[in-house]
Amino acid sequence: MTGAIAEPSRVGEVVEASTASFVAQCYELHQPPPLGSLVRTRAGSIMIYAIVFNARTGSIEPGRRPIARGQEEEEEGDIFKSNPQITKLLRTDFEAVVVGYRDELLHQYLPPAPGHIHSFVHICEKKEVEEFSGRLDFLDIILESKILLGVDELVGASLRYASGAHADPRAFLVEAGRALASSLGGDLHRLNSLLKRLK
Amino acid sequence: MTAENQLVPEKAELGGKRLGMVVEGSLSMGLKVRLDRSTFVEDMSVGRYVTIRGQKDYFLGMVTGIELGAADDRLASSPLDAADPFIVEAVAGSATYGLLHVMPQVKLGRRAIDLTEGAKPVKTVPAHFSAVWESSQRDIELVFGKEDERRFYLGTPLDMETQVCLDLVELTKRSNGVFGKSGTGKTFLTRLLLIGILQKGAAVNLVFDMHSEYGWEGRSETNYKVKGLKQLFPSKTAILTLDEESTRRRKVSPDGVVKIGYGEIEPEDIELLRQTLNLTEPSVQAVYQFSREFGRDGWLSGLLARRTEEETAELLARLNVHESTYRNLLRGMERLRRLPFLVDEASHLPVQRIMEYLDRGVNVVLEFGRVTSPESYILVANMLTRRIHEQYVERTEMALGEGRQPPRPLVITLEEAHRFLSHEVAEQTIFGRIAREMRKYNVTLLVIDQRPSGIDEEVMSQLGTKITCLLDNERDIDSVLTGVAGKSELKGVLARLESKQQALIFGHAVPVPVVIRTREYGSADSYRGLGVAHGADAKRRSGEDAREVWEG
Repeated sequence: MTGAIAEPSRVGEVVEASTASFVAQCYELHQPPPLGSLVRTRAGSIMIYAIVFNARTGSIEPGRRPIARGQEEEEEGDIFKSNPQITKLLRTDFEAVVVGYRDELLHQYLPPAPGHIHSFVHICEKKEVEEFSGRLDFLDIILESKILLGVDELVGASLRYASGAHADPRAFLVEAGRALASSLGGDLHRLNSLLKRLK
Repeated sequence: MTAENQLVPEKAELGGKRLGMVVEGSLSMGLKVRLDRSTFVEDMSVGRYVTIRGQKDYFLGMVTGIELGAADDRLASSPLDAADPFIVEAVAGSATYGLLHVMPQVKLGRRAIDLTEGAKPVKTVPAHFSAVWESSQRDIELVFGKEDERRFYLGTPLDMETQVCLDLVELTKRSNGVFGKSGTGKTFLTRLLLIGILQKGAAVNLVFDMHSEYGWEGRSETNYKVKGLKQLFPSKTAILTLDEESTRRRKVSPDGVVKIGYGEIEPEDIELLRQTLNLTEPSVQAVYQFSREFGRDGWLSGLLARRTEEETAELLARLNVHESTYRNLLRGMERLRRLPFLVDEASHLPVQRIMEYLDRGVNVVLEFGRVTSPESYILVANMLTRRIHEQYVERTEMALGEGRQPPRPLVITLEEAHRFLSHEVAEQTIFGRIAREMRKYNVTLLVIDQRPSGIDEEVMSQLGTKITCLLDNERDIDSVLTGVAGKSELKGVLARLESKQQALIFGHAVPVPVVIRTREYGSADSYRGLGVAHGADAKRRSGEDAREVWEG
C-alpha cells in the first residue's frame, strides 16, 4: 500500500547525533513522523536528509517507568485530563538513518559532519520527497546500515512512503524494485521478500 | 586531428536501437552480450546481424546463440514469485536477463577514412561494456556493398531492409553450391543467381535443367507461375530440349532439339554410368576393348549389332571378354538404347551448337522434359560437359599462347550433384575435375543438391561460395560447414533457418557469413526490380531474337 505524504511541519529537534543517524525528540507526545518518511535537519550550512525508523514513547527519565493510572477512569483520554503533568513526564523519540545531504547539490551519500544537537527536524514536503526519491542510490545506504529494526522493513516502508510523492506510484515502485534487483540480484530469496513489501 | 581521422558522428549511424552490452568474450568463442532491460529476449533471433560499438572500432557480428541468465544461481531451485507481475517486472533485466552469443565477423572503421576502405577481418575483440546495437543500413552496406555492375542483390538480412549483395564476378571465379532440403527454395535461389549472373554479364550459363524449371517458366511452392530466363532475357537465352514433345506441350517453343548419336557416346561416358546401369568393373573395361575393335565412334553400334551365337562367341574370344561380362554390358547398353534422344545418326553435333550459343554470350538451358531418369541426366550432362570443357581448355591454352582474349567464363549448373561428385566417382568425372581446377579454364560449376554429404569432401572444400537453405541432417550440415571458421556457431544458425525463403551464405563472394531472406521473385514489381523488359517490349525483342537465332 502506498502511503500519503505527511503534512510538512517542524516535528521536533535532534537530541543525539552521529554521522549515520540521529535521534530526535518530538514536540508532540505520540506524534512521530511515519515510519519510512523523509525528514530533514540542518547542520550549519548543509541540510541533512534522513529516513525515520524506530519511534518510541517512554519516560523522560531513564529507569523511571510510568505507572498505570486509569483504573478509576472511563476513557483512556481521561487519564491525561486527570493528570495533566504526565504529558510533561513522557516523551516521544524517533531515530532517523541519514541518507544524504544538500549543499549546493543534492547528494545521496553520508554528509561530511553529523547533525547538530537541538537542530530542528522537519518533515519534508511532497516536492522534496519526489525530488529526493528521483534517485534511488539511498537504498544502498539503508541496505548497508546497521540499524536495530529490520533493514528490509525500512527499505519497504521508505519506498512505499516515497511512492506517494510520485504521479505514478506503481511505476516508481517498479523502478525501485529494479534498483533493488540490481543490488540484491545475488540473493533472490531476500529480493523476493523485499519486493513483496513494496506492494 | 585531420579530417579523415575524424570519428564519424553518431548521427550517421542512426537507425536501429541499443540492444545491450558486451560482458564477456574471446576471439575464438565469440562474445557474450547482456541484453538491456528494454530489449525483450523473445524479439531476438539467431542469424541476425548486430553492430558492436567498441571504443576504437565497430564490429559487425552475427547472433549465434541466445541464453537466459540469472544473477543468482539458485534461481532454478528457489524461484521468485513468478505469479506476481510486479516482481517479474522488477527483476527482468537485472536479476534475470537475456544473453546473446555474438560472433564478431568483420571490423568496421569508425573514422571517415575507414568508410571508404570497407570491412576488415577481426583480429581482436571489443572492450568490456561496448554497446551492442542493431546494425544500421550503413553498417550492412559497408560490408555487402550496394547493387552495382558486379554486385547482385540477392536478399535482405533477417529483420532488416538493407540489401545483401553478392559479388558475382568473384562468385563465378570458383565453383559454388546451393544446398537445402527439398522444398526449401533451392530452385528459387538458383533461378535468382542465374538471372543475376546473366544480368551482370559475369559469365555465360549452361543449365542442365532436369525438371524444366529455368528456361521458360517455373512454378513457385504456392503454385503460381514464375518467369524463367527466356522470358526475362529473350535475346540472351536459348532453350534446347531433349524431349521436344514435352517442351511443346508446355507451350514453349524450343530453340533447338538435342539428339545424340550412338557414335557420340565415348567409352569415358560409360564409366560414370557404372552404378546407375549396374555394370561390373570388367564390363566397363570391356567397353574399351570394343572401342579398340570398332573405333571410338562405332563401338556402341558395334556392340549392339545383331550377331549369330557363333559370331558372338568368336568376337568375345578375340577380344578376350567373358560371356557374363558381355551379357552385363549388353543389358546396360540396352537401357541406354531405350533413351528417346539417342539416335543412330545425329543430324548435327549438339556440342558445336551449344558452343556457338555460348560464344555469342547466349545462355543455354537444356530441358530434359520427361527423360528425367538418372542415366539420361548423367549421360547427357557428363558427355556434353566433357566435350565443352575440352574446347574451353583448348581455347584457353591457345589464348594464352597467342595472347588473345580467353573464352567467356562459363558456369555449368548441375542438379542432383551428388550423382556426379560422390566420393566414388568424383575422381574420374569431368565435374570433379572442374570443381578442383577452379577457374583455370574459365569453366566453373554451380552445383545444386539436397544431400551435400553425398558429395566428395575434396570437392566440397573447393566450392568457393555455399548458399544453403534449411538442412536438418547432421551429416549434411557437417559436410556443408567443413572448413568454415566458427563452424559450431553456424551450425546452430543453419539448423534453425526457416524452411522457406531463408538461406545462409558464406564463402568467397560474401565478406562474412550472412543469413538472408531471399528477395521477392514472381511479381510484376520484382521483374521490374530486376531491370528487365517485359510486356510489349519483351515480345518485340523476343521476335527479334528468334529471327536472330534462326537466321544466325
